Amino acid sequence: MESSSSKITDEIRAEASRLLSSGEVAAFLGFVPGSLPMTVRPFVARSSEDAARLVWNSFCVMNLANYLPEVLKSVEPPRGPGDPEPEGPLPRVGVLATGCWSRNMVVQIQENRIQRDRVVILGISSRGMVDRKKVLARLGGREALKVEEQDHSLLVSGRAFNEEIPRWEVVRDNCRSCVHPDPVIWDIMIGERAGDRQNANRFAQVEEIESLAPEERWAWFQEEISSCIRCYACRNACPLCYCPTCFVDDSRPQWVGKSIEPVDTAIFHILRAYHCAGRCTDCGACESACPMGIRMRLFTKKLEKDVLEMYGAEAGMDPETPLPLSTFSPDDPQDFIVTGQESPKSTGDEAGRSGEVSQS
Amino acid sequence: MKVYKISREGLDKWIKHWTESYDVFGPVEKNENGMTDWAEVKGLDEISTAPGTTKQPIKTFYLPQPETLFTFTSRGGEPDSDVLKETLDEGRPRVLFGVRPCDARSVTLNGLAYEEDPYYMANVERTLLVGVSCREQCGTCFCRWVGGSPFGTEGLDILLIETEQNFVAEALTDRGVSLVEAGGGAREASGEDLAMVESMRQEAEQAMSAMPDTAETLRSKDLMSMYNADFWGGLSESCINCGACTFLCPTCYCFDIQDEVVRKKGRRIRYWDSCMFPLFTQHASGHNPRGQKVQRVRNRFMHKLKYFPDRFGPVSCVGCGRCIRECPVNIDIREVLRDLLGVE
Ligand code: SF4
Ligand code: SF4
Ligand code: SF4
Ligand code: SF4
Repeated sequence: MESSSSKITDEIRAEASRLLSSGEVAAFLGFVPGSLPMTVRPFVARSSEDAARLVWNSFCVMNLANYLPEVLKSVEPPRGPGDPEPEGPLPRVGVLATGCWSRNMVVQIQENRIQRDRVVILGISSRGMVDRKKVLARLGGREALKVEEQDHSLLVSGRAFNEEIPRWEVVRDNCRSCVHPDPVIWDIMIGERAGDRQNANRFAQVEEIESLAPEERWAWFQEEISSCIRCYACRNACPLCYCPTCFVDDSRPQWVGKSIEPVDTAIFHILRAYHCAGRCTDCGACESACPMGIRMRLFTKKLEKDVLEMYGAEAGMDPETPLPLSTFSPDDPQDFIVTGQESPKSTGDEAGRSGEVSQS
Repeated sequence: MKVYKISREGLDKWIKHWTESYDVFGPVEKNENGMTDWAEVKGLDEISTAPGTTKQPIKTFYLPQPETLFTFTSRGGEPDSDVLKETLDEGRPRVLFGVRPCDARSVTLNGLAYEEDPYYMANVERTLLVGVSCREQCGTCFCRWVGGSPFGTEGLDILLIETEQNFVAEALTDRGVSLVEAGGGAREASGEDLAMVESMRQEAEQAMSAMPDTAETLRSKDLMSMYNADFWGGLSESCINCGACTFLCPTCYCFDIQDEVVRKKGRRIRYWDSCMFPLFTQHASGHNPRGQKVQRVRNRFMHKLKYFPDRFGPVSCVGCGRCIRECPVNIDIREVLRDLLGVE
């Protein structure tokens, strides 16, 4: 039986080829197979021959929105810094989008990173992507030489072993807690829309950490980041991280030390997470990119929870709703500002936060 | 070279004896991800026998992240104020046990560039390498394409080869011989053992595809045709320009230097840098000669596969496969190597 991924692959190839050969798009952003089992490579197709190489499977863990601004730029006619914008519409780019990636594209539209009318989005309802590290962990050091994907299981084989792994057990944590697998914006839908997913508690992982005492939480955080090598794969995989010079790279002034001293690493992670607050869609690309297996997405997940509780907002769900942290209205409730009096309406469900207010 | 035979129990005793005068490190299973990494060990049973390389290369022992080069104070009045004091690390000597031949070779290759660096050489001086040959190669291993071998000895003091019941230990340097003697309990290997090891070596090498004369071929190619080849564009479109490949590569050794000062006391540190980062080549004027991603991606491969061989002879890659394994977007240096070898 044909797996749902291979059906989607066929449809992607056909659509991408059509878009490219009709000239509707100048480039198409997708994936081609990687050189190792459980890997794919983000790829820019520019011809229908290229399009025939595209692939879709459970290992498409990189967020394509991250590549979009650069690919859009690459199809524009070259011009110097002072040259005027060319007349007429600029060439368009086709791109694949699952729920979270499409929400990142919404954020990119809101932040003027991309223009809606320059992208042709092929929407795919995500069944959840597989975490390669989880599969490797189950193999305990045995090397997977071949991994075949079926709808509900992975058939892994190596030297003198064959193993069938139930797919959902090795799906990434972010996908397991995802409630919006469908794209929120799209032009062409590939396959069926699945509808919102029921999830008993998508913040369970965060709540587990919240329930720890502050010292324990700090110890957990330090332990989690202790093997970080500051390679910035997490930052570079993220569509939200596009500052021309990241604060960690700035040298005049230098905000943070450069090596892997624990305090420097901690500052990097805390600031990176906060810069993503209200914008992160929990796509999990950061965590998938990390070579050291650090679960830095839990930091942004905590902020996702806070933003949902405090602002009732989820990033990128609707192009018409402004991002919670980049708008201001004079009658915003401001009970988080410490004024010297007891806060009239404490939102504090967290000991630390309400403690601060009453102390002042 | 002297060749010995030693049992598993005997090896365990070696490690225990060595810990009296050395810090002994080995690959240990670090977490549930099946990932092994270097840690201090007290006995053989702590050491992982998983095939392939550890997560991090052994360059962490030679190019610590960060490494203090000097200390200083700028507190006027104190006698040593405003004087840079060298801090050559003369800590305990150490043994790295269970080094793969590719990683061992990296120390020698990096040494070509670091020959005159007192810090690097001090670390070479105080670090003894006990290697273990690879009975099983991983899908990402390609040492035989770049001048190495799963039974390679370059850079090692001792090479261990696991046979049916025992180990054969080739003591390759004087330091290796004294390590064996300090460990005690080894017998000299018989002619039979030697023959067995030789046939194992041949078998392992034949099991792996080889690419002879890679470095020579690359050196003979025209630099500018390689530089202007058309595959760099596509490659850089996939790459996210992180530091995973370079930081985890045993033969990537680039660094930056900074002074860290707190309350007028400071240290000058050397820490890892990566040619993948824009800041790497940023000039004080603001100009960046490698301001575009494609230029940085090209540099990583050209440095390893062309500039280094042109200058020093061998390619600056030992075929450990870490960059292939760890790249989040599956950029595979073997493909780039093939492409470069194909440049007319
Ligand atoms: S922070 Fe991580 S999960 Fe959030 S958008 Fe960025 S890459 Fe995705
Ligand atoms: S990807 Fe992982 S190792 Fe690299 S900087 Fe991020 S957390 Fe650290
Ligand atoms: S090749 Fe891979 S690991 Fe290296 S910088 Fe590019 S994306 Fe990162
Ligand atoms: S370039 Fe890749 S394969 Fe070669 S030594 Fe470095 S990490 Fe290993």
